[in-house]
Amino acid sequence: MSDLNLLTTDVEADLRSVVRDLLADRCDPAAVTALYDGDRSIVAELWKVLAADLGLAGLLVPEERGGDGATAVEAAAVLEELGRAVAPVPFLTSAVVATTVLLDSDSELLAALAANERTAALVVPLSAAPHGALPALRVDADGRLTGTVTSVAGALEADVLLVPAAAGDGLAVYAVAAADAVVAPVVSLDMTRQLADVTLAGATGELVLADGEGAVRRALAAGAALLAAEQVGVARWCLQTTIDYLKERRQFGRAVGGFQALKHRLADLFADVESADAAARYAAVTLAAGDPDAEIAAAVAQAYCGDVAVKAAEEAVQLHAGIGMTWEHPLHLYLKRAKADQIALGTPGAHRARLADLIDLPAAAS
Amino acid sequence: MADETTQRAELRRRVADFLAAHDPAATERSAFLQARYDAGLAWVYFPPGHGGSGLPRALQAEVDRLFAEAGAPDNKPESNGIGLGMAAPTILRFGTEEQKERFLRPLWTGEEVWCQLFSEPGAGSDLAAVATRAVRDGDSWVVNGQKVWTSGAHNAAFAILVARTDPDLPKHQGITYFLCPMTDPGVDVRPLRQITGEAEFNEVFLTDVRIPDTQRLGAEGEGWKVSNATLNNERVSIGGGAVARESGMVGVVSRTWREHPELRTPELHDRLLRLWVDAEVARVTGRRLRQKLALGQPGPEGSAAKLTFARLAQQLSGLELELLGEAGLRYSDWTMVRPDKVDFTGRDAGYRYLRAKGNSIEGGTSEILRNIIAERVLGLPAEPRVDKDIPWKELRK
Repeated sequence: MSDLNLLTTDVEADLRSVVRDLLADRCDPAAVTALYDGDRSIVAELWKVLAADLGLAGLLVPEERGGDGATAVEAAAVLEELGRAVAPVPFLTSAVVATTVLLDSDSELLAALAANERTAALVVPLSAAPHGALPALRVDADGRLTGTVTSVAGALEADVLLVPAAAGDGLAVYAVAAADAVVAPVVSLDMTRQLADVTLAGATGELVLADGEGAVRRALAAGAALLAAEQVGVARWCLQTTIDYLKERRQFGRAVGGFQALKHRLADLFADVESADAAARYAAVTLAAGDPDAEIAAAVAQAYCGDVAVKAAEEAVQLHAGIGMTWEHPLHLYLKRAKADQIALGTPGAHRARLADLIDLPAAAS
Repeated sequence: MADETTQRAELRRRVADFLAAHDPAATERSAFLQARYDAGLAWVYFPPGHGGSGLPRALQAEVDRLFAEAGAPDNKPESNGIGLGMAAPTILRFGTEEQKERFLRPLWTGEEVWCQLFSEPGAGSDLAAVATRAVRDGDSWVVNGQKVWTSGAHNAAFAILVARTDPDLPKHQGITYFLCPMTDPGVDVRPLRQITGEAEFNEVFLTDVRIPDTQRLGAEGEGWKVSNATLNNERVSIGGGAVARESGMVGVVSRTWREHPELRTPELHDRLLRLWVDAEVARVTGRRLRQKLALGQPGPEGSAAKLTFARLAQQLSGLELELLGEAGLRYSDWTMVRPDKVDFTGRDAGYRYLRAKGNSIEGGTSEILRNIIAERVLGLPAEPRVDKDIPWKELRK
């Protein structure tokens, strides 16, 4: 890892500030909160601005296939900002995970995603880990797909679904028009990334990968590595918002942020968030460089950052006290996102179990 | 970073040229180290003329690796941690040309080991309360007082010292920073036995110790500012050290795990994996901190690294004893010895467990570090300081 730069680059800083400014302008917490009461109007509008106007849909698509040819480092910068604003857009599901699946295919769909003509979702549960069990729909002799996958993220925003189907010992991937599937919205813990149950009953689709298990697992691995950046964004917002609040809130005639019982907790949280930031960045940098350490780095980042984001959100609720329990304060949006993100793409425990194999620390014999 | 690539290639060439002219096998140890210093290949991020080449700090690991691979003698950094980690950067920043010229070279080569005379029985976390007095007498200062927790004082030629030079001023303002000769007859070093059984630390009694004014570092009354620079470097040198994966305590425990399948339990496995992840994240965080440092002076952010390091060392060494089970009940040796180096991971598991208790106390307690982070990094309100504006001599001791 001797040559890998862990500091922010200028390109990334520019991208980050553009995304941050836009979100400050267009991602109003009140409109995000409205998602929980069924008003999803912010989603399409915000995604159009980010995907089309800023060109984020094609960030990870190579230039020769119609994209920006950026790397995981820039995608991580975007995800951190999206996490900081708890933005309800399908960047992770379409522009990272579905896009990475299609990088292994010569389908024209990739260019359509890059141009934001289409938005896609990989049809797996949001909880699926890169090295865990994957769903496989049945496919008959005529190429018709049948089956149900529950708790799929990004399906509600997608017009095309990437469906893993059983193919011998492996998996094939088909692209199916969302209109040909039943996409049933699920009341989700995190409504800013609302899930759906997807049912196909003899739908036909385009075969994009005949031998696609490797591509699907790579896509989930990229998603997991980069989800860490989103978790850092969530954690940073929670930390900073709590610091700001404790400087203002007065009890016993002083700002409560001056009490050691509270400031020591924030100091510990700061150390955790700085560490999470470094872990997420190392995961993104190794992924971008195709470094042999990328798999360990991603497992470490996921084992660490998911817990830190949850801790940051939980500490924020406790330290905001009464106001932290209200629907009016946006904190609950972050708590719900943090908890859902902790389970997404493999729990910290699942990533630790994977790590045990990678670093040769085997479990006790049973 | 094309620039750094060029610098790296140039550095490799210079090291190769140096090794061609100074065969490590045929050159006497201290002559080799002095020549390496004079060639600007000691701490390469120091300026030319003071053992360096004005290169990015990131290249230090490269130059150390090249010399190690060639079988060259090193300067035994484990025996002079305070000199290399704290005294040297402070002398570089605040010293006069004459002081840099006099002290840096023998410090780097290890001919002169340094220790730190900061803490006192009545001034631990509250370092600015130091009572050791330095009184001006012509061209020198006469020092009287007692210092404590002084690692390596029994081997040291010099000490960085803070002493009170003006008791009429409030406590932070009346302190001055000195480079104190440990060979002065008024310096009495007594071992301080610790919970490990050995005496790595000392008590140091100073009686009419004479320090020439030319060995004052920084202006009279500026000691607080100078010592803060030292302490920021200390926290970085304690918290930001390891480079390779599984360095330090986590490596020791992981090896025990691999070599002893019979000791494994599911509960210990889960705890070990969590701590392994934390240690790996701390390593990457330290690496990033060093990349930041390469661009400037250490700030209070180093405190977070030290906080994490202490917690991990304690949790890992505690886990190791449980993993060892019956063997964890035994201790190698309680005999009082005075070791030549500070070694967090040496000896046996019981020693490591006990020694690690010091990690959250030495170099600023974890509680003080949390105050520093909260106040200087996060900008939260400072602790009430009732004694801040009162002349030192009027304070309740």
